[in-house]
Amino acid sequence: MHSDRTPIALKIAAFAGLAFLHLPLLLIFVYAFTTEDRSYQWPPPGLTLKWFAVTWNRPDVWAALRLSLKVAAISTLVAMILGTLCAAAVSRAKFFGREAVSLLVILPIALPGIITGISLRSAFSLGEIPFSTLTIVLGHATFCIVVVYNNAVARFRRLSGSLIEASADLGANGFQTFRHVILPNISTALLAGGMLAFALSFDEVIVTTFTAGQQQTLPIWMLEELVRPRQRPVTNVVAMIVVLVTFLPILGAYYLTRGGTDTAGGGK
Amino acid sequence: MAAARPGIAQGLSDLFWRRPKVLLAVLLIPPLLWLGVIYIGSLAALLVQSFFSIDEFSGLINYEFTLKTYAELLRPANFDIILRTTLMAAAVTVAAAIIAFPIAYYAARFAKGHMKALFYLGVMLPLWSSYLVKVYAWKLILAKEGILTWAVDGVGASAALNAILALPVIGGGSLSVSYIGTFLVFLYVWLPFMILPVQAALERVPANLLEASNDLGARPGQTLRHVILPLAMPGIIAGSIFTFSLTLGDYIIPQIVGSSRLFIGQAVYAHQGTAGNIPLAAAFAVVPIVIMGLYLWMAKRQGAFDAL
Repeated sequence: MHSDRTPIALKIAAFAGLAFLHLPLLLIFVYAFTTEDRSYQWPPPGLTLKWFAVTWNRPDVWAALRLSLKVAAISTLVAMILGTLCAAAVSRAKFFGREAVSLLVILPIALPGIITGISLRSAFSLGEIPFSTLTIVLGHATFCIVVVYNNAVARFRRLSGSLIEASADLGANGFQTFRHVILPNISTALLAGGMLAFALSFDEVIVTTFTAGQQQTLPIWMLEELVRPRQRPVTNVVAMIVVLVTFLPILGAYYLTRGGTDTAGGGK
Repeated sequence: MAAARPGIAQGLSDLFWRRPKVLLAVLLIPPLLWLGVIYIGSLAALLVQSFFSIDEFSGLINYEFTLKTYAELLRPANFDIILRTTLMAAAVTVAAAIIAFPIAYYAARFAKGHMKALFYLGVMLPLWSSYLVKVYAWKLILAKEGILTWAVDGVGASAALNAILALPVIGGGSLSVSYIGTFLVFLYVWLPFMILPVQAALERVPANLLEASNDLGARPGQTLRHVILPLAMPGIIAGSIFTFSLTLGDYIIPQIVGSSRLFIGQAVYAHQGTAGNIPLAAAFAVVPIVIMGLYLWMAKRQGAFDAL
């Protein structure tokens, strides 16, 4: 008697849930064009493109954007190296403490960000380390490792061991096997993990407030505007741009890891 | 042929082949060193700080082992903060599970092809889009002159909204300065973290189990209650780890949308900042660690980590 007909109530609940997730983001786009600059009045009294030009000419926004991009780039690089190494170790062998290693990698995002933040802050204070771009990167790379790791582990698991054995049988040494067999097979997963790590770092604010000192990343700039609104129209425009900028790596990561049967040796 | 080309690369490959443990160590040492020194090292620093205290007269940190700072946490004002945050985290988690389940269930069992991709991206995009922008969007929505008030007026339900705002404790001057507002923003921001693991758990429920349940005469409601829900439970618990932990540690949402009463994260931030009382901030930060430690331990016993 079982049928695949979708219960109508379920369908409504599911789509209402999706709408709940997306309508607030769409609202941001409308507010970027509003002529109102004193309050959050709805509906907007008029529409204008003026605020885009105003935002373009703001040096503080550019400086914050530059710092954010720099931090995200370095953190992503560190996270990609460390996350891949860790994933390779965990997926290729069963060893004592393997569970502990995967827990250690997950911990920085499983525990609230404020704990990572205050921990680093108190470590810097005990070690008398001054705030710098490096202190921001230290925090960001730590919680970015896990996204690279998750993507890489999933791909390593699908990578057939017989491919590596075949490569060795054909006379390749370990480095040649890595370069010509393993790397091509895991590259899209790494790229996807890297993109997500970049998006995560670009957007991070909680840990950053503890490790940045007086420096302003773009999220910190936004946070100050949220706490003490001074430039509402500029904030609206920045918010819209941030949404657009973070959507690109996410869509990219999705298309790179889609399917899942395209990995050689994966169809066993 | 391999023996004909000796060299460092070949020598290392041979070593790794003969002694896999050496390769394992080479792979593991850099990430473990990073996480061990920077992350675990910092957590240790935090823990150490929480056992120091602050001198009430000079305001300087007294580097002697004491439990005085933890005793401070039990003062009514501080204990209220812990209680308030834990209750909020629990409420957000329950609500997120209720809203997430139909989305996850539909996406896992009924969505096919393009619809499946739509649901996947439909959850991933809000999950990954900027946290601050999401909070900002809710500030726009909940503002007194904002879209929610406008919509409520439009359907003529202002009286109902005012009645809700007049409720003690959870009400307030407007939604953006009430606990209801804080709750809504928390729910919105963490909801995707609940949907994904629940969906992963539901994808693994074999269709023939549901058919068997049906053949044995169970009504759809009974199948849901006795077959699907128990199998989805590890996913729900995995999701609740995120929603619970993220709510416990957040200090930005209650600062921007909500009443002026503090949450744990705000207390940590305030004490480490202008007050300069890092020991008390550290002790406050240990509270979510302990709560999450207990929570993770219970979740592990339920097998929730397989659904992450």
